[in-house]
Amino acid sequence: MYSDKVMEHFQNPRNVGDIEDADGVGTVGNPVCGDLMTIYIKVKDDVIEDIKFKTFGCGAAIATSSMVTEMAMGKTLEEALAITRDDVADELEGLPPVKMHCSNLAADALHAAIDNYRENKTKIKDICSACEEE
Amino acid sequence: MIYMDHSATSPVDPAVFEAMKPYFVDEFGNASTLYSLGRDARKAMENGRAQVASLIGAKNEEIIFTAGGTESDNIAIKGTAYRLKDKGNHIITSAIEHPAVDETCKYLEKKGFEVTFLPVYQEGIVKVSDLEDAITDKTILITIMHANNEIGTIQPISEIGKIAREKGIYFHTDAVQTVGKIPVNVEELSVDMLSLSAHKLYGPKGIGALYVKKGVRLEPLIHGGGHEKGLRPGTENIAGIVGLGKACELAQKDLSEDAKYITDLRDKLIDGVLNSVKESYLNGHRTKRLPNNVNLRFTSIEGESLVLHLDSKGIAASTGSACSSKKLEPSHVLMAIGLEEVDAHGSLRLTLGKENTKEDIELAIKSIKEAVETLRKLSPLWCEVPDT
Repeated sequence: MYSDKVMEHFQNPRNVGDIEDADGVGTVGNPVCGDLMTIYIKVKDDVIEDIKFKTFGCGAAIATSSMVTEMAMGKTLEEALAITRDDVADELEGLPPVKMHCSNLAADALHAAIDNYRENKTKIKDICSACEEE
Repeated sequence: MIYMDHSATSPVDPAVFEAMKPYFVDEFGNASTLYSLGRDARKAMENGRAQVASLIGAKNEEIIFTAGGTESDNIAIKGTAYRLKDKGNHIITSAIEHPAVDETCKYLEKKGFEVTFLPVYQEGIVKVSDLEDAITDKTILITIMHANNEIGTIQPISEIGKIAREKGIYFHTDAVQTVGKIPVNVEELSVDMLSLSAHKLYGPKGIGALYVKKGVRLEPLIHGGGHEKGLRPGTENIAGIVGLGKACELAQKDLSEDAKYITDLRDKLIDGVLNSVKESYLNGHRTKRLPNNVNLRFTSIEGESLVLHLDSKGIAASTGSACSSKKLEPSHVLMAIGLEEVDAHGSLRLTLGKENTKEDIELAIKSIKEAVETLRKLSPLWCEVPDT
């Protein structure tokens, strides 16, 4: 039921693990539903210079996580935000219809990580401006 | 490939296949015809009927051939409900039935019948006292499986049968998972109807049987030329019947030896995995389970990806994870034994057969350990607790 590309990424997932001093972390899904994924990014000059993932889930969940890290590595944040769920599925030569909705969350996790990075950055700015005011 | 999914289906025994072969091209007769070709077909069919009857301690005329377990269950349950609807509208079943029973009962619920789904508790076994409490004067049928297809737990069928008989309530059991694996005798079990299927006991797919005790009357679901006492009309599947019969004959001859051998493999597999894989657990009762059933769960990983990893290591198994089901819902059986959804996702079922060896078991233990460790490295839910 899975394409060869899905199976290849499932068997040899890229960029597995976490980044201890990540600039952004995004988690989506719910273990109750059977899928939970976390993406960690390291950002320099608005470019994703490192990305890793950890995923609890089915073959599709693991393959999409691996694929999205490969797609986002080295991309600018804007380029990475433009990656959609469908793009990930297309790169994997398709997913079974039943998996398109529930297990194809990797793009969302990537976007959540980028949002988290931007929030962190804003927070740091806020703190700095607070310091200046004092 | 090491095949460990015998509760899904089993390979056809070569002796069964040999027995079936003549009945496609040469002995192709219709058993309802008068000439010798037809008479020979009828003889082969009646021989098959006797072989099935002998395995389960029934009389030949109490065996109805069907297309398999699902059809047998439907004929028994709906056939009783429609026949006795003026007498009562209450059916008792368990919370862990195969969909062939579960969905049939739910269908009848929609049609106005009342259904009680008995709980099975942590060990996956119904309590006879719950059954006694559930019986009302409207109860027309009790249908409880002999052994569960997912967790292998064996239900107290003969105790239930005695109660049903005392109260004069029809009692059906889905014995698809037990016939050929443990002794099944319709008299000892006190059942009125019993479903079985050939492809679970090294016979072909597409053929099964329903035992209907003499005197039990059912409303037919399909109508036609009156075959199989009008309960399952249609030209008989002679090759299939011959195959089922042969499979039953082999099972009767080898059952006790096979069961002993497979139970030993099962226990080696259970102990091997529980001892070598951290946070691994057995689902279902430790001993009141089918000789060939192993159902495990592993925290922090999901079953479909575990099955895919095992497949790449040459092992065929299955899971109760929602992610592998068409409905994307976790197994109702695992939920009924009180598992949380996240734990039900992490289940693995291995069902053994007579062709499995000790070496297969050792390789399975090693492969499961490796696959679980690989997936846990990927899992955000897994925290390695250092050994102290």
